[in-house]
Amino acid sequence: MSLDLSIPRGLLLALLPELVLTGWAMILLLFVAWRHRTTRDLRVAGGITAVALVTTAATVWWLWWNQAGVAGIAQMVAVDDYRWVTDWLFLGAAGLTVLVSFEYLERERLLAPEYYVLLLFAVIGMMLMGGAEDLMVLFLGLELMSIAVYVLAGFDRRNPRAAEAALKYFLIGAFASGFLLYGIALIYGATGTTNLSLVGVQVDSLRLGSDPMLLIGLGLLLVGFAFKVAAVPFHMWAPDVYDGAPTPVTAFMATGVKAAAFAALFRVLTEAFPQAGAWREIVAGLAILTMVAGNLVALAQRSLKRMLAYSSIAHAGYLLVAVATGTSAGTAAFLVYLVAYTLMTLGAFALLAAKGRGGESDVLIDDLAGLASRRPWLAFALAVCMLSLLGFPGTAGFIAKWYILLAAAGVGEWLLAAILVLTSVVSAGYYLPVIMVMYMKPEPFEQAHTGVKLGRLAGVAVAAAVAGILYFGVRPNGLLDLAKETGVGVKPVPTFTVEPSGR
Amino acid sequence: MYNQWILTVLLAWPALGALLVLLAPTRWAKHLAFAASLAEFALSVPLWWRFVPGAGMQFALDVPWIGNWGIHYGVGLDGISLFMVLLTTFLMPLSVLGSYTYITKRERAFYALLLLLTTGMIGVFVSLDLFLFYVMWEVMLIPMYFIIGVWGGEDRLYAAIKFFIYTMFGSLLMLVAILGLYYLAGSKTGVYSFAYAHLLAQAPALGAPLAWWFFGAFFLAFAIKVPMFPFHTWLPDAHVEAPTAGSVILAGILLKMGTYGFLRFGLPFFPAVALHPTVQAGIVILSLVGIIYGGLVAMVQPDFKKLIAYSSVAHLGFVMLGIWALTLQSVQGALLIMINHGISTGALFFLAGMLYERRHSRLIEAFGGIAKVVPLLAAVLTIVSLSSIGLPGTNGFVGEFLVLLGAFQTYPIAATIATTGVIVAAAYLLWALQRVLFNPLDKRENEKLLDLTPRELAVLVPLLACIVWMGVYPRPFLRRMEPAAQQLIQQIKSANSTPAAAR
Repeated sequence: MSLDLSIPRGLLLALLPELVLTGWAMILLLFVAWRHRTTRDLRVAGGITAVALVTTAATVWWLWWNQAGVAGIAQMVAVDDYRWVTDWLFLGAAGLTVLVSFEYLERERLLAPEYYVLLLFAVIGMMLMGGAEDLMVLFLGLELMSIAVYVLAGFDRRNPRAAEAALKYFLIGAFASGFLLYGIALIYGATGTTNLSLVGVQVDSLRLGSDPMLLIGLGLLLVGFAFKVAAVPFHMWAPDVYDGAPTPVTAFMATGVKAAAFAALFRVLTEAFPQAGAWREIVAGLAILTMVAGNLVALAQRSLKRMLAYSSIAHAGYLLVAVATGTSAGTAAFLVYLVAYTLMTLGAFALLAAKGRGGESDVLIDDLAGLASRRPWLAFALAVCMLSLLGFPGTAGFIAKWYILLAAAGVGEWLLAAILVLTSVVSAGYYLPVIMVMYMKPEPFEQAHTGVKLGRLAGVAVAAAVAGILYFGVRPNGLLDLAKETGVGVKPVPTFTVEPSGR
Repeated sequence: MYNQWILTVLLAWPALGALLVLLAPTRWAKHLAFAASLAEFALSVPLWWRFVPGAGMQFALDVPWIGNWGIHYGVGLDGISLFMVLLTTFLMPLSVLGSYTYITKRERAFYALLLLLTTGMIGVFVSLDLFLFYVMWEVMLIPMYFIIGVWGGEDRLYAAIKFFIYTMFGSLLMLVAILGLYYLAGSKTGVYSFAYAHLLAQAPALGAPLAWWFFGAFFLAFAIKVPMFPFHTWLPDAHVEAPTAGSVILAGILLKMGTYGFLRFGLPFFPAVALHPTVQAGIVILSLVGIIYGGLVAMVQPDFKKLIAYSSVAHLGFVMLGIWALTLQSVQGALLIMINHGISTGALFFLAGMLYERRHSRLIEAFGGIAKVVPLLAAVLTIVSLSSIGLPGTNGFVGEFLVLLGAFQTYPIAATIATTGVIVAAAYLLWALQRVLFNPLDKRENEKLLDLTPRELAVLVPLLACIVWMGVYPRPFLRRMEPAAQQLIQQIKSANSTPAAAR
C-alpha cells in the first residue's frame, strides 16, 4: 500500500495510529472530567487505556501487514517498518505500565485517573518521535511526551521527593529541549531544510560533511538527545528523578521514554547524517563513558531503585554502542535490545513496586533477604530479570547483547565490544547481590516479607515479561527476523548506496 | 538411533530430572536425583563400546537453531571429549549419593541444581558450535553459584561471587574473540557460521595482531578455569566453601573444562601463537610455577580441604605442561591426569566431607590418630592419597609418568623441575596423612568417630576400583584417546609449519 502524503487521505492513513490514540485520549479526558473520585473510576479509566493501547497496536499492525509505504520522499512523517516496530514497543511498554499501575495507584491512594490520560499523551508523543521524518515533528513529539512525563513524575504530589523529581526533570528537560532546538536551527541554517532525508541529500551534495555550522548543530542535537537518554556526562538528573517518581512511572521513563529518544536519535543519525561521520566517534565516546560510569556507580548503590536507575544508565551505554555502529545490523540489534531491555526493566520495577511502599526509594537491596523462602515465584521472577539485565545466556538480555556485539564486531569496533563485555562483568557485581540476598541470606526477622504483594494484573505483567525474557532467550528467531527486515528498511538517504557490512 | 540421539538425550535427561525433583515431595528428592543420575550414567556407558577410536567426531547431530546468525545445535564426541562426558556421568550419581546426609536444607533445589549442572557440563564437552559452547559454558555457572552460595560454609557468599565473576570475566572476553572469528571466517568464505569445523578451517590462517588478541581472550577464559598460576585465587575459596558435592564437581569436572578448552579451541585455532617460543616458554613456566607453588602452599595449609584445593593447582599444572609439550605421550598423559584428578581428588573431597560430617571441622589439627578408631576410612584415605601422589600401581602414576616422559622430549629442563613436584606432592599428602591418621590419638572427641557407613562405601568403592583399574591396566583408555591425540598434534604442527601461518 503506497500512500501519497500530499492528499488528505494518504496523510490520514499515514497518521492513523496517532489519530486513533489521540481520539481515545480525548474520550478518556472527557470521562475523567466527570468521574474522578472513586477507585472504580480509576479502574474504568485504566480499562479504557488498555483498550486504547490495544486498538492502536491493531491499527499499527494493519498498516504493517499491508506494507504501507510512501510514494516519493516522505514529508514530515515516515511510513516504514521501523516506525511500526517502535510503535509496538512504546505501546507494549505503556501496556505493561498500565497493568502495573492498576493496583499501585489504589495502594498508594493516587486516585486521579488523569494519570492514564497523561500516559496516553506521552505515548502519542513517543509515536511521533519514532515516526518523525522532520526535525520539527520530532521536536513536537518530544515536547508532547516530555510535558506529559514531567507531570507523571510528580504525580504523587504529597511526596516531596516526587515533587523534587518532577521539578528537576522539568528544568533539565527544558534545557535539553533548548539545546535540541538550537541544534535544529543551526542545521536548518546550514542545509535550508528540516526534512531528514533532504538534510542527508544536502549534506551529501553540498559536501557539508565538515561544515562548522552543521557540525555545531549536530553537536547540540547530540547533547539534547544525550540529556534525554541520560548518557554520561548528561545523566546527573536521572538517578534522582527515577528515584523520586512513582515506581510505575519510573519504569515507564526507563523503558518507553528512553526507547523513544533512542528511536528518534537513531533515525536522525542514519537518515540525515550518514555523510557527517563525526558523530560516530562522539557517540562511541559517549557510549564508553556511559557504560563505564553507569556500571561503576551502580556498583556503589544500596537502594534497589537507585541501583536500577544507574543500571538503566549503563544500558543506555550498550544501546549507544549499537547506535555508533551505524549499520543496518546495528539498527536490528538496537531494536532487539530495546525489546529485551523493556521486558526486563519493566519486570524488575514491577517487582520492586510489589516490595516497597510510599515510592519504594527506601527499599535496600539487603531488604530482600530471604525473599526466596517466602515468595519463591517472586524471587524467581526477579532473579530472571536480574540475569537478563546481566546478559546471561538463556535470557533475552543475552541474545540482545550478543546482537550488539555482533554488530560492533561487524564494523571492527573491537574496543567498544571489549568495553561492553568488561563493563558487563562489572554489572555482575550489582545484579548478583540481588539474587544472593534473596536466596542465600536468611530473613532478617519473622514478618519481613508479609507485606509483599504483587497485584493480579501486575502479576500478569511480570509473568508476561519473564515468559518473554525466557522465550526470546532460547528461540529469538522470529524477533530477529523482524528486526533484521526492519533494520534494512531504515534507508540512510535515497541517493546514498549502502556499503555492504563486514569490514 | 542410539548413535544419533544419545548426546541429546544425555543433555535433556538431567534437565527433565531436575524438573521432576522440583515437583516431587521433598523426601523423595535425593532418591529421585540418584535414580536420574544413575540412569544418565547407564545411558552413557554404551558410548565406551560404541566409540570407534580414530573415526573423528561421532554420535553427531546438527540441527539449525538461530538461522539468522548461522547458529546450529551441533553436538559430537571424539577421543578427547568421550572421557570427559563419561567422567561427568560417572561422578554425578556418586555426588548425589555423597550428599545424602550432608545436605539437610532445601533438598529439592539442591538436587535439581546438581542435575541442571550435569546438563551444562555435558553440554560444554559435546558442543560443536561455538555459540552453543559459550551458552553451556556460562549456563553452568548459575547452578554452581547457587550450590556454593546456598549450601556452602561460613564464607560462602564471598566465595560464590568471586567464583562467578572470575569465570565470567574470562569468558566474556572469549565471547568477543568468538565473534571476531565468526566475522573473519565469514568475510573470507562468505559463510557465516559458528560451527566448530568451519571456524577450525579458517582460524589458523589468521594474521598476526588479531590472532594474538583472540588467543589472549581464549587463554584468559581457559586459564582462569584451569586454573593456571596467577589466575587461581578463586579456586581455594570456592573449593573450601562449597558443599562436598560442589567441591567434587568443581575439582573433578569444572577444572577440566579449562584444559579441555585449550585442547579443543586454544591450540587448534591459534597454533602459530600457541607455539610461538615466547608463549610456549611463558605457559611452561606458569605450569611449573603452578606445580611447585601449588604443592608448597598445600604443604602449609591447616585446612584439609584447602590442602586438596591447592593440590589441584599442582595437578592441573602437570596437565598444562603435558598439553604444551605436544608429544603423543605427554598429551595422552595430560588426558589421563584429567581423568585421574577427577577420580582421586573427587575421592579426597568426598573423604574430607565425610570427616567434616563426623567432626564438623576441616582443620587437620582437629584430628590425629584416628586410624585406630576408623580403620576402614583410614585405609581408603591412604589409598586415595597414594593415588593422588602418583604411586606406581595407581592411576596417578600412569598419567604423571606419561606427561614427564613426553615433556622430557620437548622441554628436558622443565620436565626435570616438574619431577620435583611429585616429591612435593608426596611430602604434603603424606605429612597430612600422618597428622590426620597416625599421630597419637590425643583428642577425646575423636575417640568415638564412626567408621564408613555402607552408603559411604558405595560412594568410595567405585572410585577405588577406577584407581586400581587405571593404574594397572590403562590400555583401554590409551587406545581410545590415541588417535584423537595423534590427530590433534599433527593438526597443530602442520598448521603451524605452513607458510601461510603468521609468525
